[in-house]
Amino acid sequence: MKKILALIAAAVMMLTAAGCSGETADTADVKSEGVMTYAEYAAAELETPVVVETYVQAKQGWWDNKATFYTQDKEGGYYLYNMPCTEEEYSKLTPGTKIKVSGYKTAWSDEVEIIDSTFEIMEGNYIAEAMDATALLGTDELVNHQNKFVSFKGLTVEASTDATGNEAAYLYGWDGSGEAGTDSDLYFNASINGNTYTFVIEYYLCNETTAAYQAVQGLNIGDTIDLEGFLFWYNGAQPHVTSVIVK
Amino acid sequence: MSFTKKFSALLLSAAVSVPLFLTGCHGSRGLDPFVIPEEFDTSRNYEITFWAKNDTNKNQTDIYHQAIEDFQTLYPNITVNLRLYTDYSRIYNDVITNISTNTTPNVCITYPDHIATYRTGTNVVVPLDELFVDPEYGLGGSEVRFDAPTVDEIIPQFLSECAFDDAHYALPFMRSTEACYVNKTYVEALGFTLPDVLTWDFVWEVAEAATEKNADGTFKVNGQNVMLPFIYKSTDNMMIQMLRQMGADYSTDAGDILIFNDTTEEILYTVAEHTATGAFTTFKISSYPANFLNAGQCIFAVDSTAGATWMGTDAPLSDISEENLVRFETAVRMIPQADPDDPAMISQGPSVCLFNKGDPQEVLASWLFTQYLLSNDVQIAYSGTEGYVPVTSKAQESAEYQDYLSRGGEDNDHYYSVKLDAAKLLLEHTDDTFVTPVFNGSASLRNAAGQLIENVTKSVRRSETVDDAYMEKLYADIISLYRLDGGSSTASVGKAELGPLPATSVALLAALGGTWVLILAYVGREFLKKRKK
Repeated sequence: MKKILALIAAAVMMLTAAGCSGETADTADVKSEGVMTYAEYAAAELETPVVVETYVQAKQGWWDNKATFYTQDKEGGYYLYNMPCTEEEYSKLTPGTKIKVSGYKTAWSDEVEIIDSTFEIMEGNYIAEAMDATALLGTDELVNHQNKFVSFKGLTVEASTDATGNEAAYLYGWDGSGEAGTDSDLYFNASINGNTYTFVIEYYLCNETTAAYQAVQGLNIGDTIDLEGFLFWYNGAQPHVTSVIVK
Repeated sequence: MSFTKKFSALLLSAAVSVPLFLTGCHGSRGLDPFVIPEEFDTSRNYEITFWAKNDTNKNQTDIYHQAIEDFQTLYPNITVNLRLYTDYSRIYNDVITNISTNTTPNVCITYPDHIATYRTGTNVVVPLDELFVDPEYGLGGSEVRFDAPTVDEIIPQFLSECAFDDAHYALPFMRSTEACYVNKTYVEALGFTLPDVLTWDFVWEVAEAATEKNADGTFKVNGQNVMLPFIYKSTDNMMIQMLRQMGADYSTDAGDILIFNDTTEEILYTVAEHTATGAFTTFKISSYPANFLNAGQCIFAVDSTAGATWMGTDAPLSDISEENLVRFETAVRMIPQADPDDPAMISQGPSVCLFNKGDPQEVLASWLFTQYLLSNDVQIAYSGTEGYVPVTSKAQESAEYQDYLSRGGEDNDHYYSVKLDAAKLLLEHTDDTFVTPVFNGSASLRNAAGQLIENVTKSVRRSETVDDAYMEKLYADIISLYRLDGGSSTASVGKAELGPLPATSVALLAALGGTWVLILAYVGREFLKKRKK
């Protein structure tokens, strides 16, 4: 029995070591042959094939052999919508994992994404630091950072108004039609420099068990907050928030 | 609306192919069939659960709460716990999960396609025919404490959609169809006169005309950089309705798959032709038709009548900013038709089913609540939240509802003219509606129907060649993807939908297998011991 335990322990150590052997954040982001740089990807026409190497930053729930991933290389963000993967593959696609993705570049309500894609896991690991995009809110420059992991600092929570005219610090669903205990996204408004913007806690990215969801449920109008999240687009910027810190 | 709706749409398509495991703890034996108690025991308290779906519409949520409150006033011994969902697929998936643990809700909003799957468990869904006519507790029964409709007062077409295998397993709750929301201003600006009944030829002709551009690249009709003249929200409905209108096959009632025929190919070539010119696109590819329509970037937007509150310049609900709204006259028409003299359109909308429980009294309590959902108070209030129509003649013919219909345009909220026109469209054409056969696998076929159009549209946009070889491969791919091969789809599709075993099931089976190995090993060792003795 002791021999078996020793073998298992050794195997676990080997697996752990393998998991840590990826590329560090300091390593240059050199693309493989035939792979686009972010600049080439950004310049590619919609509805054309693209091949990128990128790193998983976060993911939405796996369903029917597909899942959606927020990914980023050291230059920019890539939103992989409904990428086919098995549940086993999904479990391996943890934050930092490097993948090579082949698919088609498209846009849906101005959100640029890669669809109909295939992927392979590569050697390498990278977790992006949040880029402070506070100063870019409301500017034309913001869209150039679409899908990146960003932060917004020193915002003030503003009232959100539901469909029946009631005001609250946040809404379950865009019009307040959702409820606690359901799969409702959380919508809230926050302002800086006199302009108000809408932010979303996307349920399938951060559900009610996460600190971000719970933090929004505790917001009050007038709170000062720092946010982190992915710069998602839906007819304009609509960041998918992953962290909320009340100051 | 939001990105979430796109995700929900995909969940819906994914849900129909979710692995089905309905033979859980009780599945092999099943519940006993429900028998109506002689009397409802009001000395007991009951707590029932109601899983409902709203169209991300707060008015609908509020009506559910009000209905529960009013019902509980009538029946103080029944507590109704509401669980809200924003898409049918989540309900479907959760029901499937809960069937195996015998923790289904008592009452559930659903689609007939889904009930066909629920019914693969034993006595899971309560057949309603005996309840309908029970003198005391049936529809409009003597012991019912509110003014409920009789079975004869449920619109026959809508009720028939809830019947399979010669029994009713649901009640219709709301009904809608699809409508074509038209920017009439642009149609006329292009030199056309909008007919009362749209034909496909007319829509394609106007859509093509709208693709004409100015020298600077903007579109002539709107002066903008974007114009998607014809956007279809639900391409499965598009294919199903076109086939029906053209007299082509789709499936048999028994579940034989007949969609891969020459008419389907003809439709796909038409779609390809108009995608290539930029005249046609879909929701899945471009986004919500309402967003483009209201921004003056679409002329024909086909969407549910239950989406009417989003359509038009003055729509009470909108997803685009005020500065992007364009003023135009919105007309509501039937979906385009192949033969204007013989129109055909889909009937759709939520139904409500009742899950069986070990306690017949609890089921009876659930039935009373289900029946309450068909009372005029609920029917008229809920139908007014969108372009839905009540499912009972009792509600449709009531003075209150007739007054509501007569007040279209009084405001841009409850009496929003586009919403009322959409509801009237279905009321006037109920006899022209149809549904597709329901069988185990019908939901997969529906998805396949839409995917054919989506794939062709995507391929054309990607400059791929769409020819006979393409069609041959497309058919093969779709048949494979949706497991539509084989004779009777009831068998073939049903089997296909099982899919691979989930990890938890694999682990459970492995554990069971391991246990049997250990048992056999122990028995073998004891046997050998005895032999040695």
